[in-house]
Amino acid sequence: MPKTYYDPADLRKFGKITEWSEELGNKFFDYYSKVFEEGALTAREKSLIALAVAHTEQCPYCIDAYTKDGLQRGVTKEEMMEAIHVGAAIKSGATLVHGVQMMNKVNKLDG
Amino acid sequence: MPKLKTQSLHKQESELAVANKQLEILSNGIFKSGELPTFKDKISETGQFPLQAKKLEILQINVGYMCNQVCEHCHVDAGPDRKEIMTRETMQQILDVIKTTGAHTLDLTGGAPEMNPNFRWFVEEASKIGVKDFIVRSNLTIIRANKKHYDLPEFFKKHNIHVVSSMPHWTRGKTDKQRGEGVFDMSIKALQELNAVGYGMPGSDLKLDLVYNPSGAFLPGDQMAMEKDFKKALLEDFSIQFHSLFAITNLPIARFLDYLIASENYEDYMYSLVEAYNPTAVQNVMCTNTLSVSWDGYLFDCDFNQMLELPVNSKSKHISEYKTELLEGRNIVISQHCYGCTAGAGSSCQGSVA
Repeated sequence: MPKTYYDPADLRKFGKITEWSEELGNKFFDYYSKVFEEGALTAREKSLIALAVAHTEQCPYCIDAYTKDGLQRGVTKEEMMEAIHVGAAIKSGATLVHGVQMMNKVNKLDG
Repeated sequence: MPKLKTQSLHKQESELAVANKQLEILSNGIFKSGELPTFKDKISETGQFPLQAKKLEILQINVGYMCNQVCEHCHVDAGPDRKEIMTRETMQQILDVIKTTGAHTLDLTGGAPEMNPNFRWFVEEASKIGVKDFIVRSNLTIIRANKKHYDLPEFFKKHNIHVVSSMPHWTRGKTDKQRGEGVFDMSIKALQELNAVGYGMPGSDLKLDLVYNPSGAFLPGDQMAMEKDFKKALLEDFSIQFHSLFAITNLPIARFLDYLIASENYEDYMYSLVEAYNPTAVQNVMCTNTLSVSWDGYLFDCDFNQMLELPVNSKSKHISEYKTELLEGRNIVISQHCYGCTAGAGSSCQGSVA
C-alpha cells in the first residue's frame, strides 16, 4: 500500500469503480459525460466551473483533471485563477454569512 | 519553466537528435513492460493492422530543415543551424513526378520553406502544373524577418498559394513561450499583411488557415470550439481574419519528446494518447493518402516518419525511382508515436480527421 492517501496515478483508475458496482458506476459515468457536453453553457464554461468546484472541494484528482482540461480548451491561466477566486469568494462568503446567525444569537442571548 | 531553445538538438549533439534513440525510448519502458499496448497491438484489436496506403492524394515536400525559429516543440528539430536543404535537382525530380501522380494537393513544409534558395523557382514551376490545392506552410515570422521576404504575401497571391501557418494561441505569452520571444508580434503583423492582400477574408479564394498545436504536455481541444475562440480573439484584438483552424496533436518525437522527458511528463502524455485512442481516426490517418518527401528526395509515410528515419516499406524509396504501383498498397511503418494521430478527434497536417 502507498504511504500517502493520494496517488496521482489513481486518477487513471477512476473508471475501475464500475468493476465493483457495474450498473451504478456506468450510470454515474453516463451522467457525468452528459453533464459536460455542450449545452446552454459551452463545454469551456463548464470546464471553468468544474475547476472552481474542484478547488472548493479540495479534490486533488479533480484539480489535475480540470487544469489539464482547461489547457486543452485554450483557457488561460488568468481565467483559471479568476475562476478559483470565484470559488474562494463563495466559500468565504458562506462562512461569513453565518456571522449573521452568530449576531442573531448574541442579540437574543445578550442583547 | 523550460528555457527557450536557441539551438537544435542536432547542434547540441543531444542523444535525442539520433532517430534510433527516440525509437528506442518509444519502444521501451511502459510499452515494453506491457503497461500500455503498443500501437501495433492497439490497431490489431480493431482489425486495422496493417495500415495500408491508399491512392495518393497529398504529396508533402520538406524542402529543408533550416528555419529562422527554434520552436520548443518542433518535431523537425529545425533551426538556423540546420543545413539540410533540398537542391534544385531534387526539386526537378519532384516536378516530374507531380505531373504523373494525380495527387490533388501539394504541400510544402520545412523548416521555413521560404529559406530554401530555390523556393520561389520551385513554386513558380509547380504552380504551372496546376494541382488543385497548393499549400505552403509558412511560419509567418519569415515574412517579416528580412526585407527580401517582405513581398511574400504578393508572391503567394500571384501563385494562388494556400497559406497554412502556426499559431499556438491568441495570447502573446503562450505563443512566445513555445515559439520564441517576439514571435507573436511578428506573426500578428504578418497575418495583417496577408489579410491586406486578401488572404483569409470571408469569401476570398486566397486561403489562409491557422494551425494550433498545444503549448505543453496536453492534447488539443475540440477543433471547432478552438476555431471559434481564435476567430473571436484575433478579430477583436487585432482585426485579423482567417478561414479554418487545424488542431494538431504534438507527436512525442524530437524536441517535443525531449521536452516531455525533461519536464517528467512523458509517461502521463503517452497515457493520455493511448486513453484517447479512437479507431475511427485510424481509418482516416494521413499516412494512408500522403507521401512525404525529404530534402534529399527520400520517401516516407509522413513527415514524422521522415524525422524518425523510417523509410517507406516499398522498393520505390526515392523520388527519382517513384512508382505508383510499388507505393500504393504498401504497409505503413508504425511505432508508438502514431498514437498522436489517432487520439481523440485524430490529427493530421489538415487537422482533425474523425
